[in-house]
This record gives sequence, C-alpha cells and structure tokens, in this order.
Amino acid sequence: MPQDHIISAKHLSRADIESVLDRAAEIAADPEAVADRHAGQLLGMLFFEPSTRTKMSFSAAMKRLGGDIVDMGPVDQSSVKKGESLADTVRVVEGYADALVMRHPLEGSAKMASEFVDVPLINAGDGAGQHPTQTLLDLYTIRESAGFSDLTVGIMGDLKYGRTVHSLAHALTTFDAQQHFVSPESLKLPRGVRYDLHEAGASMREHTELEEVLDSLDVLYVTRIQAERFPDEDEYRKVAGEYQIDAETLAAAKDDLVVMHPLPRVDEIAPDVDETDHARYFEQAHNGVPVRMALLDLILEGNL
Amino acid sequence: MSEDQQLRVSKITEGTVIDHVTGGQALNVLAILGIDGSGGEEVSIGMNVPSERLGRKDVVKVEGRELSQDEVDVLSLIAPAATINIVRDYDVVEKHRVERPSEVVGVLQCPNRNCITTKDEPVDSRFAVLEEGVRCAYCDTIIRESIADHIHVD
Repeated sequence: MPQDHIISAKHLSRADIESVLDRAAEIAADPEAVADRHAGQLLGMLFFEPSTRTKMSFSAAMKRLGGDIVDMGPVDQSSVKKGESLADTVRVVEGYADALVMRHPLEGSAKMASEFVDVPLINAGDGAGQHPTQTLLDLYTIRESAGFSDLTVGIMGDLKYGRTVHSLAHALTTFDAQQHFVSPESLKLPRGVRYDLHEAGASMREHTELEEVLDSLDVLYVTRIQAERFPDEDEYRKVAGEYQIDAETLAAAKDDLVVMHPLPRVDEIAPDVDETDHARYFEQAHNGVPVRMALLDLILEGNL
Repeated sequence: MSEDQQLRVSKITEGTVIDHVTGGQALNVLAILGIDGSGGEEVSIGMNVPSERLGRKDVVKVEGRELSQDEVDVLSLIAPAATINIVRDYDVVEKHRVERPSEVVGVLQCPNRNCITTKDEPVDSRFAVLEEGVRCAYCDTIIRESIADHIHVD
C-alpha cells in the first residue's frame, strides 16, 4: 500500500489486514469517537445484483462515520437498462461520490471499473470472483473468537463459485493458517485459486468428507451449495445433503470450534446449531459494520 | 535447416520466415497473424517437416509482412522454440528467437463467459504468462491446454 482500490484479497498484505482489524476494534470499542469523522463525504453505491447484508452494512458504516450514501438503485431503473457500459457508468458516478462500492455479476468487473476511476473503488463481490470486505469481517470474527496463532480452518461447501471462499483462502494464507477444503468433487476450488495458494506456500488439503478433518478444526466456515450448480434437483439434494451440519455432527468437534457462515444460509446449518456455543455467524454478520467503518475510514483518509 | 529441407517451401523476397514452429501449429500461427487468405497475402507453409532440434516442425513464410512484437509474443506461447527470420531482398537480415513475454494483451479471448473482458466494454483482454499456461488478469481463469483455441478472432 498505499492502495486506492480494494479489488481482491490477494492484494492485501498481512499488515494491511491487521491495520483494518485493529482500526475496527478501536471503532467497535468507541463508535462515538468517529461519529462525525466523515461528515459531508459521500459513498457511491453501485449494486448491479441484489445484496442485503453487504449493502446495508456499507450504508450503516458510512452513516455511522457521519457521511452519507448516493445509491444507483436497482439496475432495472438505471441507465444500465438503456445499455450503458459499466466503464461509462462508473466514470459518471465517480463525479458524485468520494468513494465507490460496487457489486456486479461478472468476474473481473471491479478490476476493470477501477481502471476507469480516480476515487477509491471497493469490490463488494464480482461474480464468482472475489469479495474482499467479507473476508475482512470474517478475519475480524476469527481473530476475536479463535485467534490467528496455530489456526486450523475448514472451509466447506461450494468452493468453486463461492467468492467469499476465494477471498478468505488467499487471506488465511498470509496468516499461515492450515486450511482444509471440504466439498463435492464438482465444486472444488478453481484452478486459479489453487495456483495462488500453492504459489504462496499455503498449507492446504482438499477433502470430500467433513469427518476426515472435523476434530482438528478451530474454525469451520460453511457456505451454501446452490441448486443451480447441478444438472437436476435430485443430484443437488443428494450432494447438498452431505454437506449439512447439525448439533449432532458437531459432537465430534473440539469444544471451542467456531462455526461461521457468510449468510444467507438455507439448510446447510441446522437451526439447532444456533443454540450451541459454536455458532458465530450472526456475530460475524454484525461485525460487517465496524469492519467496513474501519475500511472506509482508512481509505477516505488515504491511510491504507 | 539443411538446404534440402528449406526447398520444401519456396524462398521469399521480402517478409518473414517463422521457423522451428511446434509441429502442427502452423495454421494457428496464421490465425495469430490474422491471415485467412482473404487479404491476398502470399503464404507458404511446411508442416511436420523433419527437424534435428524438434523432431518435427512447421515452417511458415509470409511474403511482404514483418511481425509486430505483440504477434511475436503470442507466437511464443504456442511455439516456444520458434525463430523469426526477417527477409529483405532474399537475404535474412534479422534472425531472433521468440521470448516469452510477461503478459499478452488483446490477443487471447478469455474462455470464462462470465468474465468482464468478454462483454461489450472498452477493455482489452490481458493475460499474464505463467510457467505453464496463461492467466486472465481480470477473472484469474487459467488456460493451460490449447492456448491457440483462445486466439481472439474478430
């Protein structure tokens, strides 16, 4: 760094990540101290596909820093509907805001958009690519609940298309975590991510069954397997059923295992897990606000 | 190349001889050069001719055309042992081997249909050259096999 745009977790060094997490902890401890810090500043929101948590937590974060948002609104009511290119849209909108947050259904869209603007652009999800701010709040949650020392993490579910997984795997590598990837054969990590992890010297193994590694994990990160990734409903049900956990599954885990999920979940984590000490996914979602406040603060101040 | 082998394809007056092309890749070399015959270029090709160095090799001769650096860069991906001979007035005036570039821009098309570079945006495709294969700088897709199949054709 300094870094203008936040496009991919693989461009974040351990020091970058720690500066965001440290700032997030300061803000969480005393949010009043930053309540007017970015008064008069505007965050441009460009969400080309639906989002609940990411969009709301970015809005909350900017407003809790004293700033405000300008929102493109739904795609079907915007100039995109008239056939405007993404490159043109971001060049126009950068004139309205001090920084931009963008989610887009195509891989590489955030990187391309960032090449056309001078204000900082934050990738809030580009297709099956990356979701670096989710990773920052995931890491914050891990640091608060399990710590990074001698950390073993299991990541389970749709590892092929899950952008939160791709970003998290890159970042965990910088913390020397032992990573176990658990998925059906057809949804293993994509070649590009595996290549990066090998290049970075990641300690990683791939599995098709959770029970092979469950008792060694400090953190289990569960993601949703989507029906549309399978040729038919029966095949989906058969495969997805093997990657669901409930309180009984977790009986074989360490007592202090932390279970996380980027949400929304469907049925990959049974409701009975919510009542256990393992569940950390709602806290994880709430951490989105202080972590995004920290990120926005550092970026708007030019300190990242 | 012995004189005997060289005669398999006719000599050219001005242009480029691309020698030591990996056997069977000559048509892909033409694709990289954007030559499909419709432009009237004079082209001679030798395919799978014996070669001491490669066993079998292809040779492509293009009259009246010198290659750009971009073209040579992509050539290196499918024919890493190729030598480029620039011919003027029947003489080879320049001869060099191809070198693998660190990236190739605007020449390959990303096979990921969900990659932003495949859409109607003002952006060129950009691939980093890896030890094995190439990788899209936008969506991270890696191509290892049949790189020539991804040459961008307008």
